[in-house]
Amino acid sequence: MSDLSRRERMKRAPVAMPERAPDVRRTDFEEVNDGYTPEMAVAEAERCLFCARPTCVTGCPVGVDILEFVRLVGAGEFLEAADVIAADNSMPAVCGRVCPQETQCEGACVLAKKGKPIHIGHLERFVADHARNLGSTVPTPAARTGKRVAVVGSGPAGIACAGDLVGAGHEVTVFEALHELGGVLAYGIPEFRLPKAIVAAEIDRLRKRGVEFETNAVIGMVDTVDDLLTVEGFDAVFLGVGAGLPRFLDIPGENLIGVYSASEFLTRVNLMRAYSGESDTPLIDVQGKSVVVFGAGNTAMDAARTAVRLGGAPVRIAYRRSPDEIPARNEEVAHAEAEGVVLTTLVAPTELTGDEDGRLTGVRLQRMRLGESDTDGRRRPEPKPGEFIDVEVDVAIIAIGNMPNPLLLRATPDLDRTERETVVADVDTGLTSKPGVFAGGDIVTGGATVIMAMGAGRRAARAIDEFLRTETARRS
Amino acid sequence: MSTILEARVLVPDVKLFRVHAPKIARKHRAGQFVIVRVSPDGERIPLTIAAADPEAGSITLVVQAVGKTTTLLNALETGDEILDLAGPLGTPSEVARFGMVVVVGGGVGTAVTYPSAVALSQAGNTVIAVIGARSRTHLLFETELAAVCDEVHPCTDDGSFGRHGFVTDALADLVATRKVDRVLAAGPIAMMAAVAETTRPYDVPTVASLNPIMVDGTGMCGGCRVSVGGVNRFACLDGPDFDAHLVDFHLLEQRNRAYAGWEAARRDELGPCAAVPVVVDGAAS
Repeated sequence: MSDLSRRERMKRAPVAMPERAPDVRRTDFEEVNDGYTPEMAVAEAERCLFCARPTCVTGCPVGVDILEFVRLVGAGEFLEAADVIAADNSMPAVCGRVCPQETQCEGACVLAKKGKPIHIGHLERFVADHARNLGSTVPTPAARTGKRVAVVGSGPAGIACAGDLVGAGHEVTVFEALHELGGVLAYGIPEFRLPKAIVAAEIDRLRKRGVEFETNAVIGMVDTVDDLLTVEGFDAVFLGVGAGLPRFLDIPGENLIGVYSASEFLTRVNLMRAYSGESDTPLIDVQGKSVVVFGAGNTAMDAARTAVRLGGAPVRIAYRRSPDEIPARNEEVAHAEAEGVVLTTLVAPTELTGDEDGRLTGVRLQRMRLGESDTDGRRRPEPKPGEFIDVEVDVAIIAIGNMPNPLLLRATPDLDRTERETVVADVDTGLTSKPGVFAGGDIVTGGATVIMAMGAGRRAARAIDEFLRTETARRS
Repeated sequence: MSTILEARVLVPDVKLFRVHAPKIARKHRAGQFVIVRVSPDGERIPLTIAAADPEAGSITLVVQAVGKTTTLLNALETGDEILDLAGPLGTPSEVARFGMVVVVGGGVGTAVTYPSAVALSQAGNTVIAVIGARSRTHLLFETELAAVCDEVHPCTDDGSFGRHGFVTDALADLVATRKVDRVLAAGPIAMMAAVAETTRPYDVPTVASLNPIMVDGTGMCGGCRVSVGGVNRFACLDGPDFDAHLVDFHLLEQRNRAYAGWEAARRDELGPCAAVPVVVDGAAS
């Protein structure tokens, strides 16, 4: 623990995350941020004021003991810091990279008012990477309970749930519909923001702890949830299948060649590695082509920055509200702009146009202005009559969100759901209307964040553990 | 990994695979497909299940070497493994007692109609198969269909077997002279579009099994969207069967050509022994 005075600590400048230069990184898919050195991490941690009532902890969706882990980083006790984080967060290397810290821990930091919150995300990432590089130990397994749990989906919710369940001594099998594990961490978030090796390491760790993984298992089609509970003999099921049905704009020209959902574009590049010369999965040639991305969330930024790396020029983001309403993480917007992505705000596409072969050639954008506040508090965009811009584009990517995928839900009619087609599940336990079936993540909340999904997965794991133990008690 | 229990060439460039997939075999219903990947850098392609044997724990796939993936797949032999196999996917074909049903198959599409012919026959329908190919040597599944259908009408472009002409010529005669209650078509897009036009004047309910480009096959990417009655539908979730009178076949044809240049280049990498591009078998012009 450093003996700096409060005043000295407050005077210190935040330690910036070292990153690769924009003109270098925009030509490849390697990670943008280099990560803190131990010295940087200690220096950043030393700025913490150690509030008596740490608002950062309250700001964390899973309640990580931030105060304690930052104190340990400041003291150079990195592995101990890793243990503190691990108590509440099963994937800190991922969360340190993709959490929207500015609206969570860092947004709640008292220093945020001065514009210099502690870079908690960067510290979390440092601690997690440090522990991983040292080859962190696999926890000793708890006594076997003989209970079996099926986890459907290997994304953030499923991984977090599986980790805690195996830790509690249950047998866990994770079912993944795709050929690769990780869910949105594999097909959605690009390599330059979240290296695949990190996801693979987390999954490998779970495997070492005894979790079984089954890929190419489309639950709902090959086995239904009922099959899992009866034929396959699982005692409980956790549904963490995410929000995997892309939303489209419903405007003319949306079926032209060159128009992609962000999910398709990113899946072709991330999961199928269409950027490498070896991949057999094609992608419309983006090199030197004009690209427009509709939407301004993290997925839109990922798509735009991916297009830049594939040689797209210009790459434009078209967003119907003003810069103040952009939902993406601040860092993603800053990185996108630094890499040359052009941000065009207060415009909404009304029509996509193409040539006689059905290939996209242009988009008509309607100029918008902000009107009255919406129910969610954001000012509603409304069209400025008669004001349009016509832009030549070769590739358009629609990144306006996802809805729950109906594949599993159709096969599980006795699962209550909302009018938005999300699954109804208890906030604290994830329990659904179907006995023995729990759910969490985007399938319950609609499109949200990795950390929210992880938190839901962990809460469900606790509830499932309790459910299995009381079941046993009742039966014996 | 799924083991190939049997691999044999049916006609030039077309191979039949019986693959060990007990769970898929148990769940399969006519009209459904699987997603297949054959190499670590391979793409995911949809293949309609041509038959399933729950007792033997196997499914049958009939594959025509057209692009790189199908060419690599067709190089596999009995005992080899298919890297990834996921399914069954898609909404099963509607099977009910319709009366008289004509199944129309062109090229490898003929194999696609087979499980439907079986199911429709079991449901008590009179099932007539109209199948087309370039020539006698390219005709598929004639014996198999003959075993389950009430009639089989083969057509060849060169007249080397059965009727000299397109499947739509035979179909036109059937709808004009018999009380056909339903038509199911699977084959090249041009053929399915022509089938729709053949039955439209007679108001015969007609279903086409569509074959758009897919990536995941589970509704995640939306790449397989097709326009049906002016509304976008995902073939992987709501299809692959759709009302042929409402399908925008022109759009499907265009979208399926999205990567044509790229695919030709990839196939050429495999060398001169690789499959030649396929002429639209049994299709109306």
